[in-house]
Amino acid sequence: MEHDKDQDMSENKNNSNKAQDINPRFASEGCSVLLDVNDGDRLVFARLSGGAGLKIGNTRYSLKPLIGAPFGSLFQVESGSEEGSFLSRILPIKKESTSNNVTEDTRDNRELIDNNEAQNLTEEEIGAMRREGAKGDEIIEALIANSKTFDKKFQLSQDKYKLKKQKKYAPKVLLRRPFARSICEAYFKKYPARIGFLRVDALSLLLTMANVTAYSDVLVVDMVGGLVTGAVAERLGGTGYVCNTYKGNTPSSVDMVRMFNFTDKVIERIVQSSIDELSSPKTASPERVCNSEININESSASDKVEDVSVTVEARVVDDVVLLESKVIKSPKAGAKASKEAVEMWKENGFSSLIMAAQDQDPWSLAKDVLPLLSYSAPFAIYHQYLQPLATCMHNLQQGKMAINLQITEPWLREYQVLPSRTHPHMQMNSFGGYVLSGIRISTT
Amino acid sequence: MLPTDSKKALSFKRCIEDGDLVIVYERHDVMKPVKVTKDGVLQNRFGFYKHSDWIGKPLGAKVFSNKGKFVYLLAPTPELWTLVLSHRTQILYIADISFVVMYLEVVPGCVVLESGTGSGSLSTSLARAVAPTGHVYSFDFHEQRAVCAREDFEKTGVCSLVTVEVRDIQGQGFPEKLEGLADSVFLDLPQPWLAVPSAAKMLKEDGVLCSFSPCIEQVQRTCEVLRSDFIEIRTFEVLLRTYEVKEMKVETGAVIGENHDEKENGGQRPSKRKHVSNEDDYAVSHDNNSSTAATSVVMARPCSEARGHTGYLTFARLQCLS
Repeated sequence: MEHDKDQDMSENKNNSNKAQDINPRFASEGCSVLLDVNDGDRLVFARLSGGAGLKIGNTRYSLKPLIGAPFGSLFQVESGSEEGSFLSRILPIKKESTSNNVTEDTRDNRELIDNNEAQNLTEEEIGAMRREGAKGDEIIEALIANSKTFDKKFQLSQDKYKLKKQKKYAPKVLLRRPFARSICEAYFKKYPARIGFLRVDALSLLLTMANVTAYSDVLVVDMVGGLVTGAVAERLGGTGYVCNTYKGNTPSSVDMVRMFNFTDKVIERIVQSSIDELSSPKTASPERVCNSEININESSASDKVEDVSVTVEARVVDDVVLLESKVIKSPKAGAKASKEAVEMWKENGFSSLIMAAQDQDPWSLAKDVLPLLSYSAPFAIYHQYLQPLATCMHNLQQGKMAINLQITEPWLREYQVLPSRTHPHMQMNSFGGYVLSGIRISTT
Repeated sequence: MLPTDSKKALSFKRCIEDGDLVIVYERHDVMKPVKVTKDGVLQNRFGFYKHSDWIGKPLGAKVFSNKGKFVYLLAPTPELWTLVLSHRTQILYIADISFVVMYLEVVPGCVVLESGTGSGSLSTSLARAVAPTGHVYSFDFHEQRAVCAREDFEKTGVCSLVTVEVRDIQGQGFPEKLEGLADSVFLDLPQPWLAVPSAAKMLKEDGVLCSFSPCIEQVQRTCEVLRSDFIEIRTFEVLLRTYEVKEMKVETGAVIGENHDEKENGGQRPSKRKHVSNEDDYAVSHDNNSSTAATSVVMARPCSEARGHTGYLTFARLQCLS
């Protein structure tokens, strides 16, 4: 907690002394965090509390050591003789540049025989070492010493071997801030269908093409669980509005918004309103125009966030307690848009639109939603299939509703960069969806 | 271009006023930035347009020339600006820009350092992302270029969010006064590895750095240097493929004398389309003249010309040692 205060002081003057920092750099109790296990092998969301835990292999580790740690800090499993193994903060060792160590390696795999006899150490012996409190690194050393084939391996294979053993015997956990970027990546990796196969580069395009910035009123049709809504809210920083609209009477779930560490100020800017309400003539609709908040998150259970009920411990520092009481009564994202806001949008139009509606025909939505935008407002429509977007684009052209229309498909390739071993990754994702973008114009 | 307070929010300001910057849109590839003045006149191949006719019209409106030809007047956005700005250097385009802003985790209130400023294409998008309370510090060693960039930021109205300084970042590093204040750093330099140690000093812990280089050798050297202070070092290449959409008449094969295979398969084509899009009415219009057996269908295919390479984007996160 000492760090926390120091940080606050050196930080942006605007942010100091606020109970809720818009961009916190320390993981406080009750906040949402992203845990990166073994360099991106696994990404897990968690809500930090004394009782929260993370399962790696067959063991459950308490997340308590993470509370108060700065984001970006690295933890490793350490075995203790008494309480079993636990997560412990490690400081990375400064590595010397390895550029000069690339020796001409003449070793190859001609003598390697895959007969499962290369390792002399047995499972039981390793288990015994762990019970005696041997550190992960020590086990790896022992494994290497007892490997018949290690010395014969090519340098790259030796590195790979070490990495494989480290992941198993001394797993590492990196504490990360949940951002639209990391949340999108985590979902794309694990549950791509839930976010409509919206890859991070496609999401970034949507935000750019829709000109999302502070003080803008962004209309979204988010049927990808709240990912787009959250990403927009992140860029609004507690100004303007992101209004999630929908056909019919049931708003789409924006559950994923809870993964972001949004302050109340940001959450209040996430609202919803049906297409009918937004497009009804200005004076009408006397029913239902009240400020009552419809809490759409209440019933839906989230499967990934561990929502552990907040128990205020006696030893917790004052400001943390303050923060917690706030967490409890914090507003939920997706409240109904106020009458004033709806009237304002009817008068001025929204400043931009993003649609990410799975299983919906883009044109039949767009023809109802586009007229809600102000003239010259940009829009971006995501779909995982090309043809419905092509049809939509054609109809917008025919109806002279928009200009600067374009369908684009993002392409993203990652590279391995290592001395003398640089090449694109062997596996890549070849599909990030399609985006139709354009600018609404006055038809008169 | 960017609203710095709620009163200037985008959707409120819809009518063109004297002194506004507008983008005059002829075609998707013919656009021009114009500052509206009471006595101003725009001349193009369609004739001339009096600015005084524009004032009071909503943005997004059509305006006509003396010869009755029209253009659209659009509100400037960083994307449109990227398409119309004068290229003093090679610039970054939308795919790289979008990815960089997202991967650098730039949100309102952030402090971002950038070198070089170049033509200011990325700077404008960074400014949009840090608004309303953050700031972009941009550095270029080219005096003239810095002056031009400042003028541009003045013109687009983002100057309160971007500061341009003349400085050789590869040689001198970033200024000390910014040490430990940066949330993100962006490098677009010929020898980025020279600037990495200074960038590491500027960044807050857990802050993200991005280096853009067209050549893989630059990436190689940069990554070697990054490994001493940074984690999560990842290199990407991002490109966009654009599609052209056309409505075309396709024969459905009911003409005598065609071979049999085509007859059978051809007849199914429209129904296959139904499977993809439920809005059959809009996509497929059956020709009423039954004898021709042709159907118009909306089809898409990738454009033949595309950018094949822009640069490699290397991202890295500053280690957290505190």
